[in-house]
Amino acid sequence: MHGRPRKPLKPEDAAASAAKAEKLRVLQSQFLHNHHNHIYSKEAVELSTKLLETNPELYTAWNYRKLAVQHKLTENDSDPDSLKSILDEELRVVESALRQNFKSYGAWHHRKWILSKGHSSIDNELRLLDKFQKADSRNFHAWNYRRFVAASMNRSEEDELKYTEDMICNNFSNYSAWHNRSLLLSNLLKRKVEGFVSKEKVLPDEYEFVHQAIFTDPDDQSGWFYHLWLLDQTVRVDSPQLVSSWPTPGSDLILLGDRCLDGCASSPFTRFHLDSRTFPLVLYFNQAVEGVNSSTITVDSELNTNKDLVWKPLSSCNSKAAQVWVTQLNLPDGNTHSSKVFPVEDSSPISSLYQLSIKNDNELTDFEWRAATIAKEIDHFRELLSLINCKIGKLTLARLLMAHDAMMCPPANKISHSEEVLELYNDLMRLDPTHVQYYKDQHSLVLLQQVTSNWESLLSRCFHYSNSPSNRGSPMCLQLKNLSLSRLGSFDKLLWVQMLDLSHNELRSIEGLEALQLLSCLNLSNNILGSFTALEPIRQLKSLRALNISYNEIGAHSIDTTKYLCSSPLSHSVGSEWNHGQTVIDDDIKSYWEAYFILKGLNLTQFDIVGNAIVNEKFKSFLIKVLPGLKWLDGEQLH
Amino acid sequence: MTGNESESELPVPPYPPIEPTAFDLIVIGTGLPESVISAAASASGKSVLHLDPNPFYGSHFSSLSIADLTHFLNSHSTPSSVCPDPLYSDVEISNYASRLLSQHPRNFNLDVSGPRVLFCADHAVDLMLKSGASHYLEFKSIDATFMLDADAKLCSVPDSRAAIFKDKSLGLMEKNQLMRFFKLVQGHLSLDESEENDVRISEEDLDSPFADFLTKMKLSHKIKSIVLYAIAMADYDQEVSEYVLKTRDGINRLALYNSSIGRFQNALGALIYPIYGQGELPQAFCRRAAVKGCLYVLRMPVISLLTDQNSGSYKGVRLASGQDILSHKLVLDPSFTVPGSLASSHQQLQESFQAFSLSDNKGKVARGICITRSSLKPDLSNFLVIFPPRSLFPEQVTSIRVLQLGGNLAVCPVGIFM
Repeated sequence: MHGRPRKPLKPEDAAASAAKAEKLRVLQSQFLHNHHNHIYSKEAVELSTKLLETNPELYTAWNYRKLAVQHKLTENDSDPDSLKSILDEELRVVESALRQNFKSYGAWHHRKWILSKGHSSIDNELRLLDKFQKADSRNFHAWNYRRFVAASMNRSEEDELKYTEDMICNNFSNYSAWHNRSLLLSNLLKRKVEGFVSKEKVLPDEYEFVHQAIFTDPDDQSGWFYHLWLLDQTVRVDSPQLVSSWPTPGSDLILLGDRCLDGCASSPFTRFHLDSRTFPLVLYFNQAVEGVNSSTITVDSELNTNKDLVWKPLSSCNSKAAQVWVTQLNLPDGNTHSSKVFPVEDSSPISSLYQLSIKNDNELTDFEWRAATIAKEIDHFRELLSLINCKIGKLTLARLLMAHDAMMCPPANKISHSEEVLELYNDLMRLDPTHVQYYKDQHSLVLLQQVTSNWESLLSRCFHYSNSPSNRGSPMCLQLKNLSLSRLGSFDKLLWVQMLDLSHNELRSIEGLEALQLLSCLNLSNNILGSFTALEPIRQLKSLRALNISYNEIGAHSIDTTKYLCSSPLSHSVGSEWNHGQTVIDDDIKSYWEAYFILKGLNLTQFDIVGNAIVNEKFKSFLIKVLPGLKWLDGEQLH
Repeated sequence: MTGNESESELPVPPYPPIEPTAFDLIVIGTGLPESVISAAASASGKSVLHLDPNPFYGSHFSSLSIADLTHFLNSHSTPSSVCPDPLYSDVEISNYASRLLSQHPRNFNLDVSGPRVLFCADHAVDLMLKSGASHYLEFKSIDATFMLDADAKLCSVPDSRAAIFKDKSLGLMEKNQLMRFFKLVQGHLSLDESEENDVRISEEDLDSPFADFLTKMKLSHKIKSIVLYAIAMADYDQEVSEYVLKTRDGINRLALYNSSIGRFQNALGALIYPIYGQGELPQAFCRRAAVKGCLYVLRMPVISLLTDQNSGSYKGVRLASGQDILSHKLVLDPSFTVPGSLASSHQQLQESFQAFSLSDNKGKVARGICITRSSLKPDLSNFLVIFPPRSLFPEQVTSIRVLQLGGNLAVCPVGIFM
């Protein structure tokens, strides 16, 4: 079924298929006539049978048959025998249609529909499936249907698991079988069926099993996919965890405003330059969470006079779940304080909510098992790579090493593997040019992790713009320029950043940047941002005052592909907040719709956009209109 | 009991005279090669007379009941004036369970010169398919191959991708090495010689000993042993003996093995064995010949050759029934000797017989048939076991192969194994 070359049609075949098409056209028009006139006579239904047995792809004909079956069932309501024979006939038609094309969606769906009526023997279905799965063991239609049948007949998941094992032993390059195995195991683990109570007991055997496939034939990717799933199962912590927050719990926060106070005693990362009456509290979780509010998060602070803080999820679509949650804390009038800010663990046990995880012995052994498993896998793949040069082996090793570092990072200061991982990704870019963009993205993420892994390395990239002593309290700028970054990450370590220089990289998107709520100054010049929609995260950066997006590719591409990746005024998710009544739509807005959408809520005083294809006089005058607070545009002072 | 006596005891029934009395070809002996020849000659339109002194088809290629086999071996293992150097020697027969055997006097089909399994992609299988002899035969697949490993355990032979995957005794790196070696061989075979390619094994390597090549490919000792003795089926110790397999031949044997796997849908492994025993093979060709017009006469010894008085060349045979039959050509099973003075008087014929004589055979094969009440492997009945050289005793220079056959091959009663 797989890997068979297509042969060009011979002339006589072409003639035959033309004749077949002519016959089908006649049948089809007769059939459509019946369908439109609701004719469900014996002859009419037989015509559709004939049609479907030649061309099972005709959805309309399957739907017609459903109508016909329902029609007949209402006529023969009382008689169970005739009911069964009506349904059996349908099953027969589906079977012969599947013989014609066993990848016909319509036919498989019709079969499910008939069986869901509950009058047909389900045991027969397994026999049919065996036949189809013997003909093509990877056919995912059959595997899908198998899951349906197994569920309908309450076949035990253990039995099904054994079946996937048998299929894999016959031929292990079977994505569908591995996939079904992962589904079954997930279910068994979730339900804590006997013998599947803990991952610690189950996963080692699975690793052992998939190693046989990977080592026997590393060129076959099916096993690698399963291995990736296993790795995810090993690394994943089920309950959500708070990764970081700003300000750091328990820290002294020194607020520096116009009424500046010298905070030389504290760490540079808690100095906060303030020009408004509020400042944000940011929580960063390891996964999207819901239900963060003043009853689940208690903030204990000298400033916190207003008890009912409003927590907002920072998500690009209007989802209720988000990785980053933010609230604004009001400053008391007049004078500036040092204050202590503690986000504290919640007290109400609502399960979907954020909980600071409590370390106990159980979790500790679990951690040991995870770490040991990853370490063992690293050894295995180092050994494999010592023998052969294999792309997916290198990629897996890189992922394993990063998982290892991530796991080891908090408790112990183990040797980081990031240099080795960066080298692996560099290698992969050379070996596998087709996927170079993916490797670049991963390389960027690892590089950012390396840069943000400790304070020394972060400090080495921090600069004050001015050296004058009077400005010692001004915020530092984190410079991440010229690093060939194509993707951003490690936001949890960057929540404190107020000035960020990302210029001279290869960024197409700044996804995730909305987490940096303190950001007031952002340099994205000399990247390859292709449109305003790629800047979508900055809509959420309410403190942003200076933005540099000069020398990008905005307006250079006639088709904006990010439109489909990020949300935009054109995608449904943000449509609701787009209130036509309040907006005076003039011609400029129509032509610069996306720019308007991104910029309208911002309070920029400084904006650089020179060197983008979109820029002309008309666009500049549009910008001045949209950004009324703007003082500097492309280095020129506005009046 | 001597061979002569046994032959004289054979009652020669009063055969009706054979019509016609002249043929294109007379074939004596219904062994496998003779049967193939008579099937081919009949199929191409020649008139053929096929004779056998035995009361059964197949001569040395037949499968017999226990009593018949005992009789046949005894009569062919005693030196006589006619046959000073018999085909079989040192025959030993012991019976530890006469009751069991007497319960099934006729239910055994023991291969006289077997057992021999066939590769699915063997030329012999091609020939059966092409000639139509396959219509008269049915095969079953040999379910598994095992080899005695260094720890004196029977390990299964990882001979395919799926088998390597399933194997429990190989380490992960060994699996990787073996599969890569298979891929190397497949890559080599998929390209023809004219193509300049790194994938092809170099000529220099092809001319080197196969065992050295495997070492060069960094295969572990165990895997080397598996490839040499259980897949390439080398007969002799490849480390020391003079019968060293060249890489070229080794690769060809792997190719045969590889193309055998999956050739037939219901044969899981590389090897098959005919139901009712090896004796079915010559019979299938004889039936094919008979369908094409070949005339068969069993229990009919030839007592002398007829020669042309002037030229001294062959012109026909005299049968035990006394009838003279003429033919242009004669094919004679090499294990037969033609008695009678007519033949010996002619130098030319005598010499040509010398050329086919069996007396200068290089070696002998030690062969044993054991009938057991239980299988060596509890869940399998038909399988091959390889004892590579030096695995059983230090002086063992040859590979020893054991084939277990069960009742579903109809060579013995169900529940008994051979």
